[in-house]
Amino acid sequence: MDFSFSLLKGPTALSIVVIMIAAVCAADDRNPLAGDPKAAKAGEYEFRINCALCHGLGARGGGRGPDLTRAHKRHAHSDADMFQTISSGIPGTAMPANGTNGQGVGMTDDEIWELVAYIRSVEVKAPLQAVGNAQHGKELFYGDANCSLCHMVNGKGGRLGPELTAVGGTRTVEAIKESVRNPSRRLAWGLTEPSKEFAQQYETITVVTADGKEIKGVALNEDQFTVQMMDSNEQIHLLEKDKLRSFKKSRESMMPKYDTSVLSDKDLDDIVAYLISVGAQ
Amino acid sequence: MTARVNGMERSRPRMSQAFHVFTITCVLLGTVQAPAQVTFERLLNSAKEPQNWLTYSGDYAGRRFSPLDQINKTNAKTLVAKWVYQTAATGKLETTPLVVDGILYATGQDDRAFALDASTGRPIWLYQRQLPNDIRPCCGHVNRGVAIMEDKVYLGTLDAHVMALDSKTGSVIWDVSAFDYKLGYSFTAAPLAVKDLIVIGVSGGEYGVRGFIDAYDAATGARRWRFYTVPGPGEPGHETWEGDSWKVGGAPAWITGTYDAATNQLFWPTGNPSPSNRGAGRAGDNLYSNSLLALNADTGKLNWYFQYTRHDEHDWDATQVPVMIDTDGKHLIAQANRNGFFYVVDRSTGKLLLANPYGKITWSDSKDAEGRPVARKDASPTLEGHTVCPGALGATNWMSPAFDPQTGFFYVTARDQCDIFSTAPQPYEAGHAFYGSAYFPSDEAEPYVGALRAIDPMSGKVKWEFPHVSPSWSGVLSTAGGLLFTGDAEGNFIALDAASGKALWHFQMGGEVYASPMAFAVDGKEYVAIAAGSAVYAFGLP
Repeated sequence: MDFSFSLLKGPTALSIVVIMIAAVCAADDRNPLAGDPKAAKAGEYEFRINCALCHGLGARGGGRGPDLTRAHKRHAHSDADMFQTISSGIPGTAMPANGTNGQGVGMTDDEIWELVAYIRSVEVKAPLQAVGNAQHGKELFYGDANCSLCHMVNGKGGRLGPELTAVGGTRTVEAIKESVRNPSRRLAWGLTEPSKEFAQQYETITVVTADGKEIKGVALNEDQFTVQMMDSNEQIHLLEKDKLRSFKKSRESMMPKYDTSVLSDKDLDDIVAYLISVGAQ
Repeated sequence: MTARVNGMERSRPRMSQAFHVFTITCVLLGTVQAPAQVTFERLLNSAKEPQNWLTYSGDYAGRRFSPLDQINKTNAKTLVAKWVYQTAATGKLETTPLVVDGILYATGQDDRAFALDASTGRPIWLYQRQLPNDIRPCCGHVNRGVAIMEDKVYLGTLDAHVMALDSKTGSVIWDVSAFDYKLGYSFTAAPLAVKDLIVIGVSGGEYGVRGFIDAYDAATGARRWRFYTVPGPGEPGHETWEGDSWKVGGAPAWITGTYDAATNQLFWPTGNPSPSNRGAGRAGDNLYSNSLLALNADTGKLNWYFQYTRHDEHDWDATQVPVMIDTDGKHLIAQANRNGFFYVVDRSTGKLLLANPYGKITWSDSKDAEGRPVARKDASPTLEGHTVCPGALGATNWMSPAFDPQTGFFYVTARDQCDIFSTAPQPYEAGHAFYGSAYFPSDEAEPYVGALRAIDPMSGKVKWEFPHVSPSWSGVLSTAGGLLFTGDAEGNFIALDAASGKALWHFQMGGEVYASPMAFAVDGKEYVAIAAGSAVYAFGLP
């Protein structure tokens, strides 16, 4: 659309513009291919090519990308929102704009609408119902389960482990539970180039400095010659590798395994319910 | 058009600066021995002028070896940054600069091409192509560099044009369309100037193109020959395609090949058949995908071919620079292939001499009578997904290897990664992505690693490796100073001892490297240059 605003003056002009914008929004708000099973099938191919690397096969969530089968989405309530998210990416996250990076190929507008049709087709229809008691989960998180010693939610908690405010809104229940029961396994997630945007890989680093002091903590970042780490007292250490007596990196997480003798299935359900309630906000 | 880009206004020469630049250019030309025009003779004898870097790989043999030795094992630890040129654009830089008589020519995002004062990094001219907004590059708006011949530099563009720019001003001399970019054809590789021809291979293996290698008259832009990498009806090799699959068979040729003057042959590697990860519908070997082609440089006629990966289903393009090695009277061509094997072929006959893995491999556990690795039956992708090593990005990729005649080693940036390969049955639609596949890292996999590996090309054995913290997209340069230079994904530029792989020096450039380094000298001072992030960096002694 390319017309000159200068030709239109006064309230009439303004209302014309408002009406036009409203019309455009209304027209674009719904996917023109909505409900077309052929479009959804084509969208599935597009999804596999462009999205599955992060969001997983079947859109069930991957190492970095949220589970897209959920009814509630942080960035894509309407079809138009979803189109916009796919087309332009989400600033400040690993979600890239369509066709701008090395992963996947650029999609045409039609192909993006096919993708939207596919994602809608695999969506669960009802918002996720948490099975546990969120209030009790919160008490456990900040109390007996000791989660908050290392994890922060809404600005409150420790710093050594990943921030968990958004995790309930972006990860599957199964993934959250597995992270609690077997934390080391999830350290493998997201080890591809796009994840370079995330400094914190939470690998366990143990070093011995030149003066013989051992420091154990999590990696904040690392390159060939340096490491930036946080120890269990939340002290940051900035180190040059060639000045260390030893440097060891392990994918054995510093987080203890919470097996059923430490945390019952019911209590875990409650903690997950709490995280989901926070993530939905 | 020249220097008309937003954000470049301040750095482009104004009138007074233009005069200054003119003066500098005259002084430079006055102080060097070599003639101003880059003749074919000069390209053939590039070793005689080590201060210049005249072709993509530094010489026609593709060695990426600089005979300069001022920067060496003893003084490398004192290297400092000399200048940085910011392109002021987003997206990665894959360019290898050329340097001719004090002027550096390189390319950037969206088919920028620019000339810099090679000793200061100050821009002399900038050409910015006005690309249509519906181009279909697969993997970023990238370009790997220019070729130079006589008084022109040559550029392949993302909208599938080949163009000649005046080397002193960046003015367009000629501009020809090779194919309809809307069907997914593009150029990303640097052309190769040979005799009076500009040779370039097409990109677009993600869109079901029919690959080709073109040669254009360097003076006029008239196309002199085209070799289709997928044979048409009646041509030998056509029978290796099922039905009409050849029409969208892929086999692009998106890296710069090498040239053997003794036999007047071009050696040009080709990419994956399309769709890349689904073999159903294209039964057969799918010639000449994933092959090394020996072409007559004058006519483009095929002398011989060697296919590295037959009927590929894992996106293992053979688009790695094929390096000519002459030793003990043998004329060899070596390639560290994306499929994880290091191959040595007799370049007179195309006969395979050696194939040895240099990385993690699960797709093959046997060889045929000719010594070619044979794919396991269970290596094919499935709808549910199936783990295979190397992954789709390959055991290496397009980043340049180096061959060092002093150490005798072949150096390659390697990646040990396995992927889950899953088919995504998909009909061909003109101009649309045509992968037929999806691939992603396995949740169960060990974290994958990267390394610079030194291979003995006579045995194919890995002699040592320099592990990277994560896999790198940087190529490798070797120099007569006993050094290797490479970059990494964390933004380091690193000098290593070429004999042992020991790191001697590094500099944190602040941007991931997707390019291969090169070396040059101006006024007797050696420089090493590489692109990282959105900038080009030059380093030298204090």
